[in-house]
Amino acid sequence: MSQALDEIKIGGLGASRKRVEDNRFIRGKGNYTDDITLPGMLHMEILRSPLAHARIKSIDASRAWDIPGVHLVLTGEMMATRNLAWMPTLSYDTQAVLATDKVRFQGQEVACVIADDPYIAKDACEAIEVEYEPLPVIVNPEQAVADGAPVIRDDKAGQESNVIFDWEVGDAAGTDRAFEQADVISRLKLHYPRSHPSPIECCGSIADFNRATSKLTVYMTTQAPHIIRAAVALVAELPEHMIRIISPDIGGGFGNKVPVYPGYVCSILASILLERPVKWIEDKSGNLISTGFARDIYLDGEMALRKDGKILGVRMHCDSDHGAFFSDAQPSKFKIGLLHSAFATYDIPFAHLTARGTYSNKAPGGVAYRCSFRVTEAMFFQERMMQAAADDLGMDQADFRRMNFVRDDQFPHRTPFGFLTDSGQYAKCLDVGLKAVDYEGFRREQAEARKHGRLLGLGISTMTEPLGAGNSREYDILGIKMFDSAELKVHMTGKAIVRTGARGQGQGHETTWAQIVSHELGIPADDIVVEEGDTDTAPFGMGTYASRSTPVAGAAVAMVSRKIRAKARKLAAHLLEVSEEDVEWELGRFYVRSAPARGVTIQECAMAAYSNMPDGMEPGLENTAYYDPPNLTWPFAVYIVTVEVDPETGVWDVLKLVAVDDCGVRINPMIVEGQIMGGLTEAYAMANMQFITFDADGNCVGSNYMDYLLPTAWETPGFELHSEVVTPCPHHPIGAKGIGECAAVGGPAAYVNAVLDALSETGVRNIDMPLLPDRVWEAITYRRDVSGAPPVRSDD
Amino acid sequence: MYPSRFRYEAPRSLAEAIGLLHDNGDDAKVLAGGQSLVPLMKLRFASPGLIVDINNIPGLDYHRTDPDGTLRIGALCRHVHLEHSDLLKTSQPTMAAAAPLIADPIVRNRGTLVGSLCHADPQGDWASVVLALGGSVVARGPNGMRSIPLGDFVTGPFQNVLAPDEIAVEAVIPAAQGTRAGGYLKLERRVGDFATVGVAVALEMSGETVTRAGIALTGVGGSTIAARAAGDALTGRPLTAESIGHAADLAAEAARPRTDHRGSAEYKRHMVRTFVTRLLRRAEPAAERAA
Amino acid sequence: MIIIEEEPAGSGVEIPVRRITFTVNGQKKTAEVEPRLLLAHLIRRGLGLTGTHMGCDTTNCGACTVLVDGRPVKSCTMLAVQADGHEIGTVEGLATASELHPLQEGFKEEHGLQCGFCTPGMMLAAKALLDANPDPTEEEVRWALSGNLCRCTGYQNIVKSVLWAAAKLRSEGA
Repeated sequence: MSQALDEIKIGGLGASRKRVEDNRFIRGKGNYTDDITLPGMLHMEILRSPLAHARIKSIDASRAWDIPGVHLVLTGEMMATRNLAWMPTLSYDTQAVLATDKVRFQGQEVACVIADDPYIAKDACEAIEVEYEPLPVIVNPEQAVADGAPVIRDDKAGQESNVIFDWEVGDAAGTDRAFEQADVISRLKLHYPRSHPSPIECCGSIADFNRATSKLTVYMTTQAPHIIRAAVALVAELPEHMIRIISPDIGGGFGNKVPVYPGYVCSILASILLERPVKWIEDKSGNLISTGFARDIYLDGEMALRKDGKILGVRMHCDSDHGAFFSDAQPSKFKIGLLHSAFATYDIPFAHLTARGTYSNKAPGGVAYRCSFRVTEAMFFQERMMQAAADDLGMDQADFRRMNFVRDDQFPHRTPFGFLTDSGQYAKCLDVGLKAVDYEGFRREQAEARKHGRLLGLGISTMTEPLGAGNSREYDILGIKMFDSAELKVHMTGKAIVRTGARGQGQGHETTWAQIVSHELGIPADDIVVEEGDTDTAPFGMGTYASRSTPVAGAAVAMVSRKIRAKARKLAAHLLEVSEEDVEWELGRFYVRSAPARGVTIQECAMAAYSNMPDGMEPGLENTAYYDPPNLTWPFAVYIVTVEVDPETGVWDVLKLVAVDDCGVRINPMIVEGQIMGGLTEAYAMANMQFITFDADGNCVGSNYMDYLLPTAWETPGFELHSEVVTPCPHHPIGAKGIGECAAVGGPAAYVNAVLDALSETGVRNIDMPLLPDRVWEAITYRRDVSGAPPVRSDD
Repeated sequence: MYPSRFRYEAPRSLAEAIGLLHDNGDDAKVLAGGQSLVPLMKLRFASPGLIVDINNIPGLDYHRTDPDGTLRIGALCRHVHLEHSDLLKTSQPTMAAAAPLIADPIVRNRGTLVGSLCHADPQGDWASVVLALGGSVVARGPNGMRSIPLGDFVTGPFQNVLAPDEIAVEAVIPAAQGTRAGGYLKLERRVGDFATVGVAVALEMSGETVTRAGIALTGVGGSTIAARAAGDALTGRPLTAESIGHAADLAAEAARPRTDHRGSAEYKRHMVRTFVTRLLRRAEPAAERAA
Repeated sequence: MIIIEEEPAGSGVEIPVRRITFTVNGQKKTAEVEPRLLLAHLIRRGLGLTGTHMGCDTTNCGACTVLVDGRPVKSCTMLAVQADGHEIGTVEGLATASELHPLQEGFKEEHGLQCGFCTPGMMLAAKALLDANPDPTEEEVRWALSGNLCRCTGYQNIVKSVLWAAAKLRSEGA
């Protein structure tokens, strides 16, 4: 009779275990970077450029130095004497730490002040006088390559234009042939507006250089502490073993907290010079105007179609605006991230993509917002294109997708751009979604409402997403392979600690990694503590972003648990006085195959590892595993949104939102659902109200929360989530796939498609996000597409 | 996010407050709710040398109706008091409609109506409401009190006629002669956003006849706009589909919107027309049925 | 009574400070502060109560929400000197020595938090709602929390958390 433990009861896979991290957060006892005070700590504030493109004629900081309480004023010139005015980026470019010759975007860091408290530091910043000579401004890719455009990066030898890269992938010849065969060609051009991850907590660091020990400790809002340690070693020319990066609790990341920001570097230098801890916490305006933005990409594509609806080929071109420095954190082989994952959902034989990246006078970035390296753009374009193509063919939106889906029996499936998708049941998910939204019923309701002048609409978005970068053959950042590791130590009483190189910012790793160990070893999850974030103790990892942690770090946790179990098996055999071949495992226990009542618990094995080892065995029960994922994982989702649009005002309301997510095995269903709802809300924000834009002078609109709008509980719709379809990942040790970004990736198109569906009688084919009321109204009233970002100011 | 240095006084009487303002002239600012002033100071768009905090002055947190029907709102009456006011819900439909739309629920716990009028933000919602109702601001200075109609009180964006040593102590809404009707509609993309467009409609009815009509517009000009011609066109007759349409057109003409990231000028003008129409139709359901 | 001494700033320059007396989570405190010090900074730095968070600089996000005389206020938009004579409630005052407040329990039960940064402000705004309205509808909860931004949860579980707490408080009161 089985004595296996009840996996749900002990908090293994599938348990909606309540979160461990909550215990401190609900008490207000979180430990965020700004909560930390070190003895003798000073405070740093940054002076930013008001202009988007200008030569710096002079900087006079004398009045700042005179303010009581000011300890240090840093300028680009001072940084340059230490070779720190510029730093390498994660994309093989360079980025200014403090401006020397020119400022290249509004909000760029020009100087910083370190003082007794931030109020004084701010006073001193205001006392710094900078003389600028304005230069012409570039705010989009078209301007960047126009004749006579000023070269923004004239600091780079050999840079004669504003083009950063030209890149292509796919089969141009095959795609051309496919288009020649087409009965119908659908075209779509769109702009995915500039957006910003904007977690509520801003970025910051406390740098603490200890002259006595020569050790630099930096507390930092970073999603990737080991990458930072390497970057600091490189930039500051300090030895890697004398650098300790501690990422304490993080108030949201979403990709914003991956790059290396000038503020971090300045705080480190200041601490080294002053030999005191220096804290820098930016304000929200600084965060929005200067840190890693996302998207701002122009997509132009065509789809070749047979008249029965079969997709024969796809062509895409994109122009991506990277701002003043190419600083994206993305796998180095792929200049435009994983944009070429587009159309992976469908069985399409030929595709070709070209991409051009350009500089502009805006903050640096492009990849940084719950996007898994531009998969947001890829899937948005995919689903917007699918909608347009279905309309062009006169086909039903669901039927068109269904007939082109990769079929269940086609996995693993090679996409036209060369990815290998792992598993899925796409049609089944679509069925679940359509049933949940009562598709037929809605179409009847929609037709009826139209007779009374009411505009109802339904939008579908189906997507698969490459998550879990990534295999060492293809994926690296600055040459460093993207593996992750986990260290597991089981103590003598059977309690354990697991550490990984991931760094959660709300995903619940302290809860879920323990669940994986629990699943593998039968140790109750409550007996396992999880630690992340301190490079002195955490095994190496490339950090948590791009939904990579469950696929990679989570896999490492499973693998190290299996190493432990393998050793425990040997200990069990020794304790049971049988050979290893006679030992069986059930959750929490080894037993003798021929005499199942005779067994030992995992806890007894642990004790034996310290007190009763077989001859020749190393004592202890601790290990580390390093996981190089064989492939990415590919979750699938169907998002269906129904809306009502007020034709008089252009305001649209969500009536219902159904989400069907298949992310393989769910470690903690409650946490998975939380991630989906968060992503759907960010998708809603992007579709509805959230954007950053610039006027002709490069002034940024959307650099504070009055203009950069996040929805509140009042506007945000409710969500109906479905988890019936579970297709395990065939190559992941516990069959799990990533999930964190799926809804942010697939969600926006569902909302946009719904509004356009409501407007279908007007013939409007595209409204670029955000679908602000005035833009929807313009589309309805003039029966025309509305393109581009909202204009800033034009007096008429 | 850190204001520059200033001196601070928290007087316990109006006389003391006025004295402090008198002694410090242009360099002093009155602090009531602080929900407009403190954010400006944090961004260093305002750096007064002296802050005169009037929150400790007793007897200013009222809102009440005089026996003759005049509504008086004291300088420390917070938005939240007005939002939950039974008085407003039963007798001041335009005000009751606007109160929940001011900023967000937390800001409403501190911000004041009088302070909002003094701040004179062209995006301010209360200004449209009070303008439509024909209200005034009562100011007190060393030389006594004066009552200033709101249309004269605001002279431009963030500019009012108060002398440096005057404090606004009260807003006054004159008594209605007829039955009040009306409301406030605000197009905001999310709670706490500035109005893309806001419209206040304040009517007085005698039977089916409109005896007084005030219409004022938020966010469609350099300051709050009184759509006088629109109001005049409604007065002295019943509300009909035709009169409503005409008034809506006049109100849209009175608007001076600018195209910006919230919307085109054309759209904003259209929204003025739409909101005026909707508010007037609600006031006269018969007109809505006929429409 | 606890006296908090202001750190000496700079080299011997006299900066005028003001002495204020207030209570925080039921404890009486006295402090000497510059008038320009924001209440949020008095709470975080002066009192070391870092559960109140700073999230923005335009009075929008509500992460800094505390209770002043029982009413939610954005502490970043109030001067510390204005706390003189008033009662401040922060997240640290929600639990007793032995028990969590039902709101805290509710947020944990219903997964109402992920990164935790907006959570203290949310709970205090919710507390004020439940103090005034013990049986709110979902709509009333969303309305009451519309001054607090969350980036992680999508609000649905936050609403469930508050309703869970409301039910528990009602059953305890019964």
